[in-house]
Amino acid sequence: MYKIVRREEMAHGTIILNEIEAPQIAKKAKAGQFVILIANERGERIPLTMADVDKEKGTITIIYMIVGKSTRLFSTLKVGDGYSDVVGPLGQPTHIEKKGTVVCVGGGTGTAVLHPITRAMYQAGNRVIAIVGARNKDYIIMKEQMQNVSHELRICTDDGSEGRHGFVTEELKEILESEDVAEVVAIGPVPMMKFVSKLTKEYGVPTTVSLNPIMIDGTGMCGGCRVTIGGMTKFACVDGPEFDGHQVDFDGLMRRLLAYKTEEEHSENCFFEQEA
Amino acid sequence: MDYEVEAKYLSKKERRAIPRQSMPEQAPDVRNKDFSEVTLGFGLLEAQYEAARCIQCKDPACVKGCPVGINIPAFLEQIVEGDLNGAINTVWDRTALPAVCGRVCPQEIQCEEVCVVGKKKGREPVGIGNLEMFIADWARDTGVTNEVEIPPSTGKKVAVVGSGPAGITVAGDLAKKGHDVTIYEAFHRAGGVLLYGIPEFRLAKSIVDYEIEQLKKLGVKIVCNTVVGRTVDVDELIEEMGYDAVFIGVGAGLPNFLNIPGEDLNGVFSANEYLTRANLMKAFDFPKYDTPIIPGRNVAILGAGNVAMDAARTAIRLGAKKVTIVYRRTREQSPSRKIEIHHAEQEGVQFKFLTSPLEFIGDANGKLVGINCEKMELGEPDEGGRARPIPTGEHEYIDCDLAIISIGTSANPLLTKTTENLKLNKWGNIEADRRTGKTTKKGVWAGGDITLGQATVILAMGMGRDAANSIDAYLKGEEEW
Ligand SMILES: Cc1cc2nc3c(=O)[nH]c(=O)nc-3n(C[C@H](O)[C@H](O)[C@H](O)COP(=O)(O)OP(=O)(O)OC[C@H]3O[C@@H](n4cnc5c(N)ncnc54)[C@H](O)[C@@H]3O)c2cc1C
Ligand code: SF4
Ligand code: FES
Repeated sequence: MYKIVRREEMAHGTIILNEIEAPQIAKKAKAGQFVILIANERGERIPLTMADVDKEKGTITIIYMIVGKSTRLFSTLKVGDGYSDVVGPLGQPTHIEKKGTVVCVGGGTGTAVLHPITRAMYQAGNRVIAIVGARNKDYIIMKEQMQNVSHELRICTDDGSEGRHGFVTEELKEILESEDVAEVVAIGPVPMMKFVSKLTKEYGVPTTVSLNPIMIDGTGMCGGCRVTIGGMTKFACVDGPEFDGHQVDFDGLMRRLLAYKTEEEHSENCFFEQEA
Repeated sequence: MDYEVEAKYLSKKERRAIPRQSMPEQAPDVRNKDFSEVTLGFGLLEAQYEAARCIQCKDPACVKGCPVGINIPAFLEQIVEGDLNGAINTVWDRTALPAVCGRVCPQEIQCEEVCVVGKKKGREPVGIGNLEMFIADWARDTGVTNEVEIPPSTGKKVAVVGSGPAGITVAGDLAKKGHDVTIYEAFHRAGGVLLYGIPEFRLAKSIVDYEIEQLKKLGVKIVCNTVVGRTVDVDELIEEMGYDAVFIGVGAGLPNFLNIPGEDLNGVFSANEYLTRANLMKAFDFPKYDTPIIPGRNVAILGAGNVAMDAARTAIRLGAKKVTIVYRRTREQSPSRKIEIHHAEQEGVQFKFLTSPLEFIGDANGKLVGINCEKMELGEPDEGGRARPIPTGEHEYIDCDLAIISIGTSANPLLTKTTENLKLNKWGNIEADRRTGKTTKKGVWAGGDITLGQATVILAMGMGRDAANSIDAYLKGEEEW
């Protein structure tokens, strides 16, 4: 069992943080890599990019939004409970380099994954501008942490309850207009990454996105995670999860993410019935 | 048949007159709704009659036909005599996994193909595979185990990467020689293809679990959730973790795709994904188990090997109304075992030969609705001597909501790319000495599908055994690197 040593709730309990004992993974993990977790012997394999790693304590941190049966099940685990299985670190680490000005754009729980990458970019000596977007101010996560690892933090909310009233793309456009940006890293919901990539393409700014397709093994043996990058089939679990945003077929990814929509809803309903 | 007289009392002539005993099986229309094993196994008398058909050749062809050289006539005669303990030990002498091999080995192209009894007109070979299954199941049911006196600990540590048949064999053999063995497995459960690929109805998972339990009893440590090349790498195992030898048995797990348009549609699977969902993750029992699977009504399987048959028969059991195997060559050219094609046909699987997929067609939501295919005809033989299928220009559209690509697998580069000094062949398989399994990297052996490309359980097992002998000799200082 992989024990949970810390648990926090964010955004009215819809987003959960778990710090998990996994010394072997912590030892090797780098920014941008992910793990696959299973709650119990009947559970499915869920990939989540690590939000933080403490090599000394031998722990990894994941942050997830409750979106279906498995994350709902995860959310019932308390400190002292654990996951039956955690495997990793999987995927390629983020390529970190001193490039100049880097804009890191996070949406929803994507911000959690973006945080270690932002920190690494910051520590590598880049000028880092972070943009964090959310539905409203209650759903902004890791604001302080992002502030600590960036030179500038800009907030956008859909309802204007904090920061700019509007989308992250509007904020990004302003920056692209006024600054020489070397790279944009965007992590969040697929539509957000799609529109960020579309915008940066117009400006010719290299853009990295992190994809989270449905996975089974995470080691290249099933091909379930395949994504189309520049017309070529790639396995997100071994070739990614990060890719050149200008090459990604986001619409294809979005369709594949919905492959089990009916089954997922059914599974979640069964879970509710069981709990009730 | 009635078995009033025990087989051992029959005369030679009477023995020769015994027809091949058919394996009791679940009825096709019962079993195609259910995942339990199709074959039910022989009873003792039945097994003795079948074994008594062997004429005890002086120079037995079957033994040469067996990739690991089991002393077949000896174990058959032991069965006839009722010395079941002797029989199982004869088998164990050469294979660590008889319950598995008896079920999944292609005996019809190995031992049984060359059996002299089957060479006579109108006669069928001795059912060696069925008898191997019988004797192994007898041992498991009665709790007879391959007891060996384990010598005192040698203090040498061996890491085995991968828990398929190759890894299981190496681990068991070396533990019996007193070495300290740890298996590292990427998945959350041990067993390799035996667990995630070959379905329950051909090989009950309880058999695989039993073999894993036996390993644990021998003191083998099994560490799951460890992807070597990511969680740890081979050099760390040797340099930091103090392993004196490493065996790599990671299989050939990378699924080949067709690289035709529409392959990213929902409803198009690799056989690996489909079977892993169904077997390892138990998606057939969704939502009791959390992993879902798309329940196809009209399923096309692309390819016609053993894996294709497994996928087809799994789809039938998951409730498909129609399952069609689409293959660009002919029935005779199918690489599958004849028994698998036979079982699949019995269960209602249909076949479309000389048909090659060109494009997957989807609806507006990206869901598969059909496949555009081209009809083929046989042309000149290729390098392998098989008549090559050539396109005719005639097209055919196949309706389907699920397509399972089953055209083979290749070596997964994850481990090999992260390990230095490991020489690979042009297909990415590890080059290993055929006799010892030694690779080009000091202290590292390899065997099974990662060296052979997708092969068989028995070859993986055999290579594991050879490698274990070489590792043992090396650790004892009897063999130089
Ligand atoms: C569906 C299917 C049906 C088949 N039917 C038959 C049959 O009827 N008869 C027959 O003889 N053969 C059959 N085969 C082939 C047979 O299963 C294989 O030849 C055999 O299992 C190979 O054994 P192996 O030990 O080399 O590897 P595998 O059984 O492939 O095991 C390799 C193990 O290593 C693990 N692994 C991989 N990479 C890593 C890593 N980096 N770190 C740690 N662990 C890792 C894998 O998860 C896996 O558990 C079938 C194969 C399939 C897929
Ligand atoms: S070849 Fe056939 S008859 Fe001869 S020993 Fe082998 S099993 Fe018996
Ligand atoms: S998750 Fe199976 S290949 Fe990527």
